[in-house]
Amino acid sequence: MSVAQPQASTFDDAGRLAKFQSRRRVNQLALFMAMSAMAFGLVWLVWILWETLRLGLSGLTWMALTEMTPAPNDLGGIANAIFGSLMMVTLATCIGTPIGVMAGIYLAEYAPKSMLAKTTRFVNDILLSAPSIVIGLFVYTLVVARFKSFSGWAGVVALSLIVIPVVIRTTENMLQLVPAGLREAAYALGTPKWKVILSITLRAARAGVVTGVLLAVARISGETAPLLFTALSNQFWTSSLSEPMASLPVTIFKFAMSPYQNWQELAWAGVFLITVAVLGLNILARVVTRREH
Amino acid sequence: MSHTLSDHEVILTAGASSPGLVKPMNPPPPSYSPTLGNLVDKLFGWSAFAAACLTLLLLFGILLSLVIGAWPAIDAYGLSFLTRTVWDPVKNDYGGLVMIYGTLATSAIALVIAVPVSFGIALFLTELSPAWLKRPLGTAIELLAAIPSIVYGMWGLLVFGPILASWVQAPLQKWLTGVPYLGALVSGPPVGIGILSAGIILAIMIIPFIASVMRDVFEVTPPMLKESAYGLGSTTWEVVTQVVLPYTKAGVVGGVMLGLGRALGETMAVTFVIGNMNQLNSLSVFEAANSIASALANEFAEAGEGLHQASLIYLGLILFFITFVVLTISKIMLARMQRGEGAKS
Repeated sequence: MSVAQPQASTFDDAGRLAKFQSRRRVNQLALFMAMSAMAFGLVWLVWILWETLRLGLSGLTWMALTEMTPAPNDLGGIANAIFGSLMMVTLATCIGTPIGVMAGIYLAEYAPKSMLAKTTRFVNDILLSAPSIVIGLFVYTLVVARFKSFSGWAGVVALSLIVIPVVIRTTENMLQLVPAGLREAAYALGTPKWKVILSITLRAARAGVVTGVLLAVARISGETAPLLFTALSNQFWTSSLSEPMASLPVTIFKFAMSPYQNWQELAWAGVFLITVAVLGLNILARVVTRREH
Repeated sequence: MSHTLSDHEVILTAGASSPGLVKPMNPPPPSYSPTLGNLVDKLFGWSAFAAACLTLLLLFGILLSLVIGAWPAIDAYGLSFLTRTVWDPVKNDYGGLVMIYGTLATSAIALVIAVPVSFGIALFLTELSPAWLKRPLGTAIELLAAIPSIVYGMWGLLVFGPILASWVQAPLQKWLTGVPYLGALVSGPPVGIGILSAGIILAIMIIPFIASVMRDVFEVTPPMLKESAYGLGSTTWEVVTQVVLPYTKAGVVGGVMLGLGRALGETMAVTFVIGNMNQLNSLSVFEAANSIASALANEFAEAGEGLHQASLIYLGLILFFITFVVLTISKIMLARMQRGEGAKS
């Protein structure tokens, strides 16, 4: 920065020192603010985790894990909600993963530069961040309104629609990291394309794909919005997917908004379980990727 | 000719114990019918293609189903739905302005808080943090994004709300009452439930998204540029604002838009703390209000068929449209950043 003023050429030491000092002060202030921002972010994490731990553990009893959801001011637990969540999350993962992996394979292996692939990639990124309550609305109009009843299946469909974009994204990214030489070596031996993909590239990228699936499971275990008007909730134990089905997040929502003491305690226990599961899956996913690379 | 053949046999049976006993050549491996292999190959290719198409169709399916579901309301109100403030299930008369305002106001507050904080975090992680701390701190911030929104909601309602009410809202009110404009912004009961609390919680939820995009784009700034600026005697702050930010501005805007997209569509956390009251009489940020997503979460399962349900789906359609536009901008900005990266380096 050249300053074409006569003052600049004369050595005005005091002025230069003042300028330097003020630049340094601005810098120090900014760096201090950056550090505070970092601390600000961490404080929330620690605070939320601490409250979850403190209030969740106190509500977490054997009864909470084994009994059905109670009436207000009655004894009970959240066993049916835990079971419902496990069942719907498992099924949604089983449905969403193959579709997501296949679409990821198409994007990375079949036509990475085609118009269809470009559009799909774009749409997928939108779906990845689209409001999950809209997915719930979609499944409502598609499944619930057609069969005239809330059902566990509708919840499974809604959750699997959330799994698909997450798995597509990671599968595609991980397949692209596989060196082309590996594929070419397999093709040179006369291997058909499907076999190259299944036993060479997908195998080389398996840690990444597993990470994607784990992250997807973590994501849907905590999802409430898409279940509110698909699976609804159920006060009783049910393993039939054609009936409304309780899930942990929806039960927490119902209980936490209620004025009843025992319901709120159970909600905290549920929040604790969900947080532990989701953060555990996230950390596991990181460990899997790190070990591989 | 026969000589070479026997040579061949010797080589083939080299492993045999006595050279006198010449074993016949092993039968070739069973060959799969090439047509069957072709079929499997085609089948696999088709199913990959079908899966990709399914994703594509999903978006159009969502749009189509929302438009069909909302049709009674679109038919009845048209675009005036966007500016009507009534929401009366008893008289069966609906308008979306209250919820649209709630969604936009909470997201705006969230951005005002989250953008500077995320910038600070990204600056810290790229320029200040010692190398061994970068990874754990980055992971900690990313874990903030992993916490389910229902946990934020419950924590916000039962833990954070009361603290906000007594430590922030009450003093602010005492301080600002009587001041024109600002006084009106903080009127109403300081109970820790309302637009402000929802905005703050949304800010915490989107900080990790914005911060990690900013960190990633800051990190791709060529070290040469930064080192040149440092070499000329710039301070860290000057390097970041005058070299890194101009270089990465498309990416930064993309990250902010990504966070905004998240904030607009966030349901559970907002539903817990916004108070779910359809009012627009007071513009105070302490007042309970409603957002599109929380109206859907609260009312949809109980809404009767007909205009009520259609109006709610119409709200969902509006929400989807807004987030679609915001996320598209984000995507374009981030893509521009990546292209620029290739061109400049």
